[in-house]
Amino acid sequence: MKKEQDYFRDLAEIRSMMERSSKFMSLSGLAGITAGVYALLGVYLAYDVLDLNFDASYGSLPPFDLIGEFFPLLALAAITLLLALTTAIFLSHQKAKKRGEKIWNATSKRLLAHMAVPLVTGGVLILILISKGLVALAAPLSLVFYGIALFNASRFTFEMLKYLGSIQIILGLASAYFTEYGLLFWAIGFGLFHIIYGTYMHYKYER
Amino acid sequence: MKISINGLHKAFESRIRLGIMSALAVNDVLDFNALKDYLNVTDGNLASHLKALEKEAFIEVKKSFIGRKPNTSYSATKFGRKAFNDHLNALEKLIKHVVK
Repeated sequence: MKKEQDYFRDLAEIRSMMERSSKFMSLSGLAGITAGVYALLGVYLAYDVLDLNFDASYGSLPPFDLIGEFFPLLALAAITLLLALTTAIFLSHQKAKKRGEKIWNATSKRLLAHMAVPLVTGGVLILILISKGLVALAAPLSLVFYGIALFNASRFTFEMLKYLGSIQIILGLASAYFTEYGLLFWAIGFGLFHIIYGTYMHYKYER
Repeated sequence: MKISINGLHKAFESRIRLGIMSALAVNDVLDFNALKDYLNVTDGNLASHLKALEKEAFIEVKKSFIGRKPNTSYSATKFGRKAFNDHLNALEKLIKHVVK
């Protein structure tokens, strides 16, 4: 015969298993903070060193200097993204180890798959638009598609990600209207709100 | 008799089997390796518990190939879901009794 405390433990185990097998809870809050810091550094470099500004509206863009302007910017964006991703994977790996969980399991795979569809779609669309000279749309659309990806992914990890995603979508839409502030909106979305979200999650769940 | 007096199902006495059913309650389908990761058990151990649940008709087994690798996936049957729910209700009732 089982004892009373066994029933409690049974229920606790059921609850934990349902959560573990449906949500990836090892997503690191610290990774949000570092991603935000990288984003702000990237924006600073783009603004100050590469002298990027979105002063043009949709239709009247000056002919775009593909080699001189586009490639350094693309390289900067790629490096920022790569750094953010590597740090996020590393920190989540640490967190998963602490929780006795694997970072590459059915749950994290599902999380990534649900993020990948909007992200790849948005990324390819942005590259197409840039190749047609519609540079001003790069910042707004990256915010919008990233926001959709986060919103989508929130079902498979922390619920809070839904709010971060919604904020990114709103900022993206606003910056699609005020294209001249594209870089600023981008810094607020990818920089500031990542840091806010990461700090909140870190203090709430990781200490 | 598979159900004891207090309404608890004998098949769920093992915490591993309880874990398998919990995971399959919130996931339509899970393959062997996914279950193994979640439960932290050996292949043999997991296989024997899965067999037991299959025997009770609580889970359904589907064998297929991904490329050349065999892949076995599991899902809870309607019957299994009901048994699991009944077990949960029985647990809850027992605990309420204790708290009172």
